[in-house]
Amino acid sequence: MDISYYLYLSAILFTIGAVGVVVRRNAIVVFMCVELMLNASNLAFVTFARINGNLDGQVASFFTMVVAACEVVVGLAIIVTMYRSRRSASVDDASLLKR
Amino acid sequence: MSIVTSLELLPLIGTVLLAFLPKGNADMVKKFAFIISLVVLGVAGVMAYKFKTNVSDMQFVESRNWISSFGIKYAVGIDGIALVLILMATILVPVVILAGWNESENGKWGPKTFYSLILILETMMIGVFAATDVFLFYVIFEAMLIPVYFLIGGYGRGERAAAAMKFLLYSLLGGLLMLAAIIGIYVIAGNQIGYTFDIGALSTLHIDSLTENFLFLGFFVAFAIKAPLWPFHTWLPTAAKSATPGTSVLLLGVLDKVGTYGMIRFCITLFPHASKTFTPVIMVLAVISILYGAFLAIGQREITGLIAFTSISHFGFITLGIFAMTSQGLSGATLYMVNHGFSTGALFLVAGWMIYRRKSTHIEDFGGLQRVTPVMAWSFFLAGMSALALPGLSSFVSEFLVLVGTFTRYPVAAIFGTTGIILAALYVLIVVQKSLHGPVQEGNENLPDLNLREKVAIAPIILLLVVLGFFPKPLLDAINPATQTVMTHSGVTDPAPKAGK
Amino acid sequence: MTTSSHLVYLIALPLFSSALLLLLGRVADKWGHLLATLISASAFAIGVAEFIAMHNRSGAARAATQKIFSWISVGSFKVDASLLLDQLSICFVLLITGVGTLIHIYSIAYMSHDRDRRRFFAYLNLFIAAMLLLVLGDSYLNLYVGWEGVGLASYLLIGFWNQKPAYATAAKKAFVANRVGDVGLSLAIMISFAQFGSVSFAGVKAGAPHASKAALTAIGLMLLLAAAGKSAQFPLQSWLGDAMAGPTPVSALIHAATMVTAGVYLITRSNFIFDAAPTARLMVAIVGGITLLFGALIGTAKDDIKKALAASTMSQIGYMILAAGLGPVGYAIAIMHLLTHGFFKAGMFLGAGSVMHGMDDEVNMRRFGGIGKFMPITFATFGLGYLAIIGVPPFAGFYSKDKIIELAFNAGGTKGWILGIATLLGAAITAFYMTRLVVMTFVGAQRWDEKAHPHESPILMWLPMGILAIGSVASGFLFNSGNSLVNWLAPVLNANGIEGGKELMKPAVVSILALVAVIIGVGIAVTKYRSNVPVEAPENVSVFTKIARRDLMQDAFNEAVLMRPGQALTAGLVKTDHYVIDGLVRLVGAIFLGSAKGLRRIQNGYVRSYALIMVIGALALITTIWVVTL
Repeated sequence: MDISYYLYLSAILFTIGAVGVVVRRNAIVVFMCVELMLNASNLAFVTFARINGNLDGQVASFFTMVVAACEVVVGLAIIVTMYRSRRSASVDDASLLKR
Repeated sequence: MSIVTSLELLPLIGTVLLAFLPKGNADMVKKFAFIISLVVLGVAGVMAYKFKTNVSDMQFVESRNWISSFGIKYAVGIDGIALVLILMATILVPVVILAGWNESENGKWGPKTFYSLILILETMMIGVFAATDVFLFYVIFEAMLIPVYFLIGGYGRGERAAAAMKFLLYSLLGGLLMLAAIIGIYVIAGNQIGYTFDIGALSTLHIDSLTENFLFLGFFVAFAIKAPLWPFHTWLPTAAKSATPGTSVLLLGVLDKVGTYGMIRFCITLFPHASKTFTPVIMVLAVISILYGAFLAIGQREITGLIAFTSISHFGFITLGIFAMTSQGLSGATLYMVNHGFSTGALFLVAGWMIYRRKSTHIEDFGGLQRVTPVMAWSFFLAGMSALALPGLSSFVSEFLVLVGTFTRYPVAAIFGTTGIILAALYVLIVVQKSLHGPVQEGNENLPDLNLREKVAIAPIILLLVVLGFFPKPLLDAINPATQTVMTHSGVTDPAPKAGK
Repeated sequence: MTTSSHLVYLIALPLFSSALLLLLGRVADKWGHLLATLISASAFAIGVAEFIAMHNRSGAARAATQKIFSWISVGSFKVDASLLLDQLSICFVLLITGVGTLIHIYSIAYMSHDRDRRRFFAYLNLFIAAMLLLVLGDSYLNLYVGWEGVGLASYLLIGFWNQKPAYATAAKKAFVANRVGDVGLSLAIMISFAQFGSVSFAGVKAGAPHASKAALTAIGLMLLLAAAGKSAQFPLQSWLGDAMAGPTPVSALIHAATMVTAGVYLITRSNFIFDAAPTARLMVAIVGGITLLFGALIGTAKDDIKKALAASTMSQIGYMILAAGLGPVGYAIAIMHLLTHGFFKAGMFLGAGSVMHGMDDEVNMRRFGGIGKFMPITFATFGLGYLAIIGVPPFAGFYSKDKIIELAFNAGGTKGWILGIATLLGAAITAFYMTRLVVMTFVGAQRWDEKAHPHESPILMWLPMGILAIGSVASGFLFNSGNSLVNWLAPVLNANGIEGGKELMKPAVVSILALVAVIIGVGIAVTKYRSNVPVEAPENVSVFTKIARRDLMQDAFNEAVLMRPGQALTAGLVKTDHYVIDGLVRLVGAIFLGSAKGLRRIQNGYVRSYALIMVIGALALITTIWVVTL
């Protein structure tokens, strides 16, 4: 199998994730889309590692996973706090930056 | 350490000491600032005394590495041109402090800030004329804007914040163009002689003419905004109408001179060929400035606006003299810078007292002041006579030198410039008639005349106007070698008399 | 050349006294006028001493110089503050200090009721100093300092009572008109420097033969412009009438005897230029001719005694300028007329002042009449001045004016005829308006209010008038006997015999013609104004009278052609500056503000739109890199 198919899959996953971030309102879904994008890039990293024949990409993907884990912790906490104060998980309700 | 550096440091030290003074005592702050400025004047006097008029090189030079990786140095030194301008600045500062004793009252902040700003400004005014490193000059050139911005915006009247902003943006625009040109010449220097900002070294570069033209324009536009030359002038009336009289004196008297000084020191010295290329255009702009400024001065309703526009006219004369590139033109223009500082300074200070008393800047609110306040009226009259360049007062010598120097090379420009003296008579005499003559206007009957402090402040300026009118020799002796150097460097000589003997 | 070390005192003394009186303020009120008069008298004494000393020297040694200090020195432009007293300037020094001192004395009484008498005397001394500098400066630039100095003094004195707006305006008008002339003087100096590399009289004289005709003509015309401004010559004459706003002694000293004649001095001093530039000299003669008729015509219609005299001054200076435009000997004749005019016109102005003094400052001649009976001394001195100005032999004006008429006729060709007839006509009109003035003022029916009590003025006033009257009688004869003045001035003016030599008319014929003209003028005036002078100026007069009353429309012309367009231009430029130039600046500001407002909308606070912009940005970045590396 041609190795470039992995890259196509990664691109598709990334695009789905990006579109999801932009169009969906539910913070949880947006969050999951972000995760999808991260994983898409992980896939790309691993693929490139394979192509180049070294471990740099693999290492990078580990970093990404660690960062993603941290992000989940912080991000979910924020979402929960937001839900508590607003009774809503919609990202559009949190448009305080305008002011 | 060169005496120039100590001169620069003195007001700065004064500012630091000022910070330790007790907060509530405004009078003490004022007195302290005044004494500091007098000390500075004294040191400047010593410097002038030590200055050798038979040497054409820079004197009191000092050079230290500042940012050595870029070849930037703290390099200072003065020639005759810088000397007379520094002297003028150091004379004006104590006069301004004394004359505007109460100027800090209506400010956003207290007198401590006001006098700190003035003293910091004095350091920079000395530094900008003494800098022989282009980068150092640029830094001070831009940094000077900050104290002035706060002086206008914090202590002025009317729409002072807007005026301060307009002044700042205009000047920053000019500074940006100059910065681009400075980087340009720095790169060229790197290719030819190694990276340096030293004026002397930079003036030996060989630049191809297109690049030279662009670099020249970068500097020239910055200076034309500063000076200000038509059509870059509109910030000046706005700023002058809003600034306190003392700030206006320093702004028009000293800061704007950085523009015309820069034209001599940088435009002509660094880019002699481009200067020649652009001379026709600049001559036209200068003549327009002379006549336009005069016409607008006639049409002004506010006394501050009138003085601002007369200055635009006078800056036209200075630019005319500089780019005529004759020894009379250059020396006359330099002398004009000094004389204009004193005569416009006197006008602004007296106008400031008139405004302070009458609580109005409109010319028509005055009238008959000669009866009520004779000393103030006489001071204003004499300053006005100096503004119209009456022979016997200092500005005549410089104005005539500029015109005669211009005439030998560009007679048409000189003829147009000369007609400016009719307009000068008009704008001065109209304001004199409206404010000093005629019946005493309602509301003016009980205006107090100048008090002792104000008399002491204005007397030295008026004395200088008269003495330098008859005896400009000391200044000219200092200026002449420096302008001669500029001319030699640019490879021009005075036109010979047409009718040979 | 002799070097002298005390010429400077001539100028320094009055200058110092003027500054002292101004600086001391009210402290000097009690004795200020005495000091000023004393200083003026001592200047006169120095002048007399210098004259005697000069008279005892001979030939080239007569001229004396003094270098005071080095004034301006830049490159080849070197001007010293140095003075030159030669045969020409000594005439002026004596006139200025002599008449000046008399007028100081007169003013002590005339101004005794004015609270600012000290200031008045300070200005007078300032004027004396500036005028002496004008005639003593050895270069055009030094002369220029004096030239503007007298302009300043004149401004201050015309506006002495500047609390009246009209007087302040008159002062401003005089200064501005003078400034127009000053442009001429400035340019003349600049051309001189560009041509000769020097601005001193000696330097220019030495260079003149080597210069081109065009340059010399340009210098000559510019000097003429300067002279026209200062000496109230066409087309810059309109300020002189208004200048009568000043106190009458000022009108006598500055606007009759001395300052307004500075233009004649300038032209005669620059004889080396005009001798080499015939076109310029012809223009001088033409301007003089026009002005002498112009002034005379205005004089016929004025009811204000001072304005009538001012018009007469204008006309008489026209004579001088015309004479100066007629060649070497003409310069000397111009100076002769200038000196005799100095005596009789100053005397008459003082007489007019005396009449005003006795008539509560009334100046309208229609409200005078028969005053001669009450003021015999004034009448007598004024009468002598009158006989002098209309040119009755053997009074002073006869000698000087006849010479000018003779010169004009002998100028040759059409030019000679035109100028000659103009001078002759001028003489007739002069006789007419001066007779009108004397008849309306001193003889005939009394037309004043009952409140007025005309009385003779005190001795301090009539004594100077008497002395000037003696001058009006004797000076012409003195200057003319043995051609003494012409010979005295010859070394300076290069006047050796009448140019061309062709005599169209014999002097006797000219004298008879002139006398006939005078008799006609006097005759018409006497018949017309002997009786029946209406107290109010009649309105149903011919259009010519109306025009003459309005100064031959010069003010209207200036207003329509210069002032109104100038004001419109000023107003237009103020608007342009505000709306166009500053408008552009504000437009730039508005563009930035506007685009900032637009861009702010993107910042709507929605996370999703921020994310979208991020995506678009990333895509744009990638595309750019892709395109660039393609």
